[in-house]
Amino acid sequence: MTDAHAVTIETVSKSFGRGQSAVRVLDNVSVAIGRREFFTLLGPSGCGKTTLLRLIAGFETADGGTIRIEGADLTKAPPFHRPVNTVFQSYALFPHLTVEQNVGFALEEQGLPREEVRRRAGEALEMVRMQAFARRRPSELSGGQQQRVALARALAPRPKVLLLDEPLSALDLKLRKAMQIELKQLQAEAGITFVFVTHDQEEALTLSDRVAVMQGGRILQMGPPRSIYEAPTHRFVADFIGDINLIEAEALAGGGVRLAGGGVVPVPGATPGRVTLAIRPERARMVAPGAGVVDATLVHSAFLGTAMLHKLELPDGGSFLIREADLSAPMPERGGRVGLCLPAEALQVMQA
Amino acid sequence: MNLRRFPVMREISIAVLVFLYVPVIVLTVYSFNANRTATVWTHASFDWYLRILANPSIRAATWNSIVLAGTSATAATLIALLAALATRRAFPGRDTTETLLRLPLILPEIVVAVATLLLFVSLGVSLGLGAMIAAHTAFCIPFAYLPIRARLDGMSGSYEEAAQDLYADRFRTFRRVTMPLLWPGVMAGFTLAFVTSLDDFLTSFFLSGPGTTTLPVYIFSAIRAGITPEINAISTVMLVISILLVSLSFFLGQLRR
Repeated sequence: MTDAHAVTIETVSKSFGRGQSAVRVLDNVSVAIGRREFFTLLGPSGCGKTTLLRLIAGFETADGGTIRIEGADLTKAPPFHRPVNTVFQSYALFPHLTVEQNVGFALEEQGLPREEVRRRAGEALEMVRMQAFARRRPSELSGGQQQRVALARALAPRPKVLLLDEPLSALDLKLRKAMQIELKQLQAEAGITFVFVTHDQEEALTLSDRVAVMQGGRILQMGPPRSIYEAPTHRFVADFIGDINLIEAEALAGGGVRLAGGGVVPVPGATPGRVTLAIRPERARMVAPGAGVVDATLVHSAFLGTAMLHKLELPDGGSFLIREADLSAPMPERGGRVGLCLPAEALQVMQA
Repeated sequence: MNLRRFPVMREISIAVLVFLYVPVIVLTVYSFNANRTATVWTHASFDWYLRILANPSIRAATWNSIVLAGTSATAATLIALLAALATRRAFPGRDTTETLLRLPLILPEIVVAVATLLLFVSLGVSLGLGAMIAAHTAFCIPFAYLPIRARLDGMSGSYEEAAQDLYADRFRTFRRVTMPLLWPGVMAGFTLAFVTSLDDFLTSFFLSGPGTTTLPVYIFSAIRAGITPEINAISTVMLVISILLVSLSFFLGQLRR
């Protein structure tokens, strides 16, 4: 059977513990990850993202469902029979081996001749620009260098899928940004499917072709970063990714949504009843009082360097953020009344 | 509360240290005494060390001690290694198993020695080196187990996961990753078990047969004829060996985590 997907996960469930104290970590999860895709599992700790990664690697066994890698059913296969390699959060470089021996480990296990092992380990180290450190021990390297070696070690056997478990979380911010770019380039160069686990939404949006947002053992929403950011389908997703304004409102039978203490915005497609409106701070605008859908009070303004951030108070007491990129825009006084303009195309309606 | 601020604390501490170490120091110093009477100092000499080297009974006892300690420590370390690996993962009765493994450390040795003697006699096992090795192996297990276990506890499981992820099966993972990382703990355990067996008197005394006298048993029987400078010399040798081996064991336990 040929399969266009690198990884196919079908109705996979996993619980830890037994009987009464059992905790369901993954609940009927299905995902298909395309070849050469940079796919990210994003969510808070305990959402099941790492467990899903460990199931693909083979460190855990699924209670139910199937896991296929390039079409082959590997649900019950041990890790050493799976054509995937992992970059561990702690790197897990073998402390008793040199950098070169670490990178050559899998190649030796695959039974390649000594010369071939040396050559390919050298190539892999070159890819991450660490060939000068081949004879060092992992303990003699900095965090960023260990990270690179861990990447080279996982890439050296040319796996079909590379699994990355929060690989950048131990690095400081500046190094993390640099490594993000490097990771993306490496993926393009190696032409390998990456499955990346992170709790950092910014990292997920920057790196991924597609993101799956997870919570409570389920995938809530899956899609390209832009659609996840601009069109969240769940309150949790909207809240987890970036800053967002959530406004309680009521969908009307005749179409449109009425804000508490304000006017009606013409958003179609909502089932009548209580709903939540979501809008990103950079998509809302301030206008003259009375000219918007609702009037609000300006509580506070802050200069962010590239934009202004205004904090408003809505008539129902809720707060509202506006990010104004145009620094030359006229700025109302603190405590003044302003109108709030919410473009219909920037609004997301979520059933409350 | 700072104990050092109490008035007589300093004096008590010095008295305790003097009481602990002065006898050992005196014994060591007198082992270099030229006088035949062990307690009268004349001048320094290595005579007694040369004398014990030439003494066939001491040489036989030393050989017995080394064979006994070497064999028992090896067997105990192997068993302890398997026990440490087996008690790594949770299973029903794991806590009990671990307690049983450590319990011999606090059992009164005289009781265990007598019980072992009774067991061997009632089973008709002849006393001698074989019986001694069996008994020494048994009481050395916890001494070998503790450093191995400590090493294993301090070892992240992700190394073994990484090895399996990199296509090493369970056996290859054990050989290429688990064992090398565990090695300092295994050596520390072996050394500690070796010293424990070497220093043992009671069990050896109860179970030794003709011709299987160990050094501690030799010293005990020799001392009944009076303290001789040879005893001082042989005791000093044992002291130095024990200190060296225990230091080695400690050093191995500290080796790169």
